Amino acid sequence: MAEWSGYLFLILKGAVTTVELTVLGCMLAFVMAFLGGLGRLSRHFILRAIATTYIEFFRGTSIFVQLFWAFFVLPLIGIPLSPFLAGTLALGLNIGAYGAEVVRGSILSVPREQNEACTALNFSSWQKMRYIIMPQAFILMLPTFGNNAIELLKGTAVVSLISIADMTFQPQVVRSQTGNTTMPFLTILVLYFLISLVISTSVRGLERRLSQGLDVTKA
Amino acid sequence: MEWDWNFVWDIMPQLIDGVIITIKAALMGSIVAMIIGLVWAILKRSQNKIVSKLTGYFVEFIRGTPLLVQLYFLFYILPDLGLLLSPLVAGVIGLGIHYSAYTAEVYRSGIDNISKGQWEAAKACNFSPRQTWSHIIIPQAVPPIIPVLANYFIAIFKETPLLSAITVLELMNQARSVANYSYRYLEPMTMVGAFFLIISVPSVILLRRLERRYSRRA
Repeated sequence: MAEWSGYLFLILKGAVTTVELTVLGCMLAFVMAFLGGLGRLSRHFILRAIATTYIEFFRGTSIFVQLFWAFFVLPLIGIPLSPFLAGTLALGLNIGAYGAEVVRGSILSVPREQNEACTALNFSSWQKMRYIIMPQAFILMLPTFGNNAIELLKGTAVVSLISIADMTFQPQVVRSQTGNTTMPFLTILVLYFLISLVISTSVRGLERRLSQGLDVTKA
Repeated sequence: MEWDWNFVWDIMPQLIDGVIITIKAALMGSIVAMIIGLVWAILKRSQNKIVSKLTGYFVEFIRGTPLLVQLYFLFYILPDLGLLLSPLVAGVIGLGIHYSAYTAEVYRSGIDNISKGQWEAAKACNFSPRQTWSHIIIPQAVPPIIPVLANYFIAIFKETPLLSAITVLELMNQARSVANYSYRYLEPMTMVGAFFLIISVPSVILLRRLERRYSRRA
């Protein structure tokens, strides 16, 4: 038990990697979600086609396969990626595809009268999006975005398989050095759960702050 | 690196072996998830506050931790406790328990949609809790949510490659072993992606049909 503190340090170092991956992945996913979601709602056929292909491709195969493909196949066709970059890309693009559907659904669920009112007030389409539709749609997106962020956090466990020393990787190091299995694995289970609690409570807080003063009907 | 069709045909039998295991794991995992999910949903509605609270926390915990870690947990720790599971069985249990946390929510939404009158009628007819569930609530709650449950079958199917981490010889693992002795990654990895699309795209189409059928009835 005495040497446990040393191993705990190892696991916490892995936890930092996991958090980094989660944050970077979430940022990429956030951007991709809006690009994909707005692309699917575009008037131009080509944009719609590109967005639909992106979404269906990344939702149709698993994160695991995408990660391995990015890590093993892309270098062969001349795009070498560091494991960390491959992980961030695969996670961000994968969760972004799920987020894109959320963006699309939320924008479509803003009542039609809002659109008509914008036309009546002669708003440009940018003004309509920025001041009328998005503030209302964004609040609808938040809870699902929170769930997606947790999915991304859980997805980061997979990167341990392409040799990134994240929080799932470290217990196996500990295990091979000490033969101690139960403690390290229990520790990371609890740590993962704590991180997901942080995500879900902060998203809920954000939701409460943003919906202040807005006349949003809560389900 | 050039794409080599001859090599693809050479490795095909091995990949097909993997596909069969993948489908088997996904099917069995789904069945476990469907059954345990229903158990969670029923326990969560229990009159006993402790039981329902504990179930809630447990389900929350499963949802908040990665499947891969849960698989490692089952595969490495249960043997220490004297329960030796074959990799495939551990994988199926892992998939099933992880996704039961999700299906439990689906069942809950189905059960919440049953009107209060049904519960009261069951009570008025002096049904035991068991009879109420099996004759009144479940037969009404489950059919409308079948399409949503089927969605989770596809999700489970896509997660099966994770089982390769606990040495199940499914599609991904077969592809990796092929890649490891031939030093060719392009074809095996791409074929894995292709197989997943080949199976998941028709399942999605089937699912849409299922959705239309059950929504018409409602």
